[in-house]
Amino acid sequence: MSLDKPYLDVPGTTIFDAEQSRKGYWLNQFCMSLMKAENRLRFKADESAYLDEWAMTEDQKQAVLARDLNRCIAAGGNIYFLAKIGATDGKSFQQMAGSMTGMSEDDYRAMMLAGGRDPRWGR
Amino acid sequence: MARITASVYTSHVPAIGAAMDLGKTHEPYWQPLFAGYEFSRRWLRDNRPDVIVLVYNDHANAFSLDLIPTFALGTAAGYAIADEGWGPRPVPAVQGHPDLAGHIAHSVIQDDFDLTLVNRMDVDHGLTVPLSLMCGEQHPTTGAWPCPVIPLAVNVVQYPVPSGRRCFELGRAIRRAVERYDEPLKVQVWGTGGMSHQLQGPRAGLINKAWDQRFLDRLIAEPEALAQVPHIDYVTEAGSEGIELVMWLIARGAMSDVDGGLPPLLKHRFYHVPASNTAVGHLILENT
Repeated sequence: MSLDKPYLDVPGTTIFDAEQSRKGYWLNQFCMSLMKAENRLRFKADESAYLDEWAMTEDQKQAVLARDLNRCIAAGGNIYFLAKIGATDGKSFQQMAGSMTGMSEDDYRAMMLAGGRDPRWGR
Repeated sequence: MARITASVYTSHVPAIGAAMDLGKTHEPYWQPLFAGYEFSRRWLRDNRPDVIVLVYNDHANAFSLDLIPTFALGTAAGYAIADEGWGPRPVPAVQGHPDLAGHIAHSVIQDDFDLTLVNRMDVDHGLTVPLSLMCGEQHPTTGAWPCPVIPLAVNVVQYPVPSGRRCFELGRAIRRAVERYDEPLKVQVWGTGGMSHQLQGPRAGLINKAWDQRFLDRLIAEPEALAQVPHIDYVTEAGSEGIELVMWLIARGAMSDVDGGLPPLLKHRFYHVPASNTAVGHLILENT
């Protein structure tokens, strides 16, 4: 019997469930390593070499190098883990979230100040 | 005997902590938000508890994908502040209450809730931002939080997360546990996270003021019915990270009206958009 996953068709949204988690295990564990200051320094010094230390797929590595968070999420990343990459880059959560919407940083900030995205978006 | 005197509900946005840590609270962007907590800080000084049970979620700091406990109760004597990637927040370490925590664990597990117990854990913004909002700025070494804190970390990161109903029932079990504790402690239960927000994908930035306000209304007046709301409604209406709101039901379930006491007194209600990507909601309910 299949499991009930009513969240699979919410527009513009990927729910991080056990299946995504399995896909993204090493991507997310790489992100966790950036909680240590010395690892942040090593990553920044040579990103590709640092990524090669992890059992990540080539697609996951390319997505990280490109800082393409939508692609990271499609590859099993979770935003709270991916936030460690943003922190390493000195980016705020707002900059990270905005980067996934196709909007400019200023437009996204202005949308939030005006009350945020309409909940009917994409329906 | 110990008793639950009040419950507090608040969002725990990391940018709020950063605004306090960087001295930005009087900037026009942040001023309206912090104004909403002025009453709360006075109230907490006047109604200081002996212990706070603080319900929050870890954001991939204490728990990686190696271990995903649904409900993790802190039974340690103290908790260090997590380095979430920006360096640890410059706030005091958190003192625990191992004796009451152990008592709650014993009682709640015998009451059929299979908690995970944690004796070593760093605490992240989910726990420290509510303390900062309610207590104001505290120096990391010479300052202190007003009382010991028992962290209760809830998994709302990897699905499936616990249902609203399960959270509400856990709150009830926590109240029964507290009321069986011999020392006459005043205990507050804080539920944190939310309100509507989505941090991922093309739909990031979603805010649903009408849904949030209705959630606050129902949390006050009909929490048991609110606890029946399925996850999918949180996701579609309050955004993917709006699911954090199930944690508020733990604090609400711990209030005495749920089991035949008088309705709680609404001491404070506040709502503000935005803090970074998020709608901020805040309530204080007192047991009468």
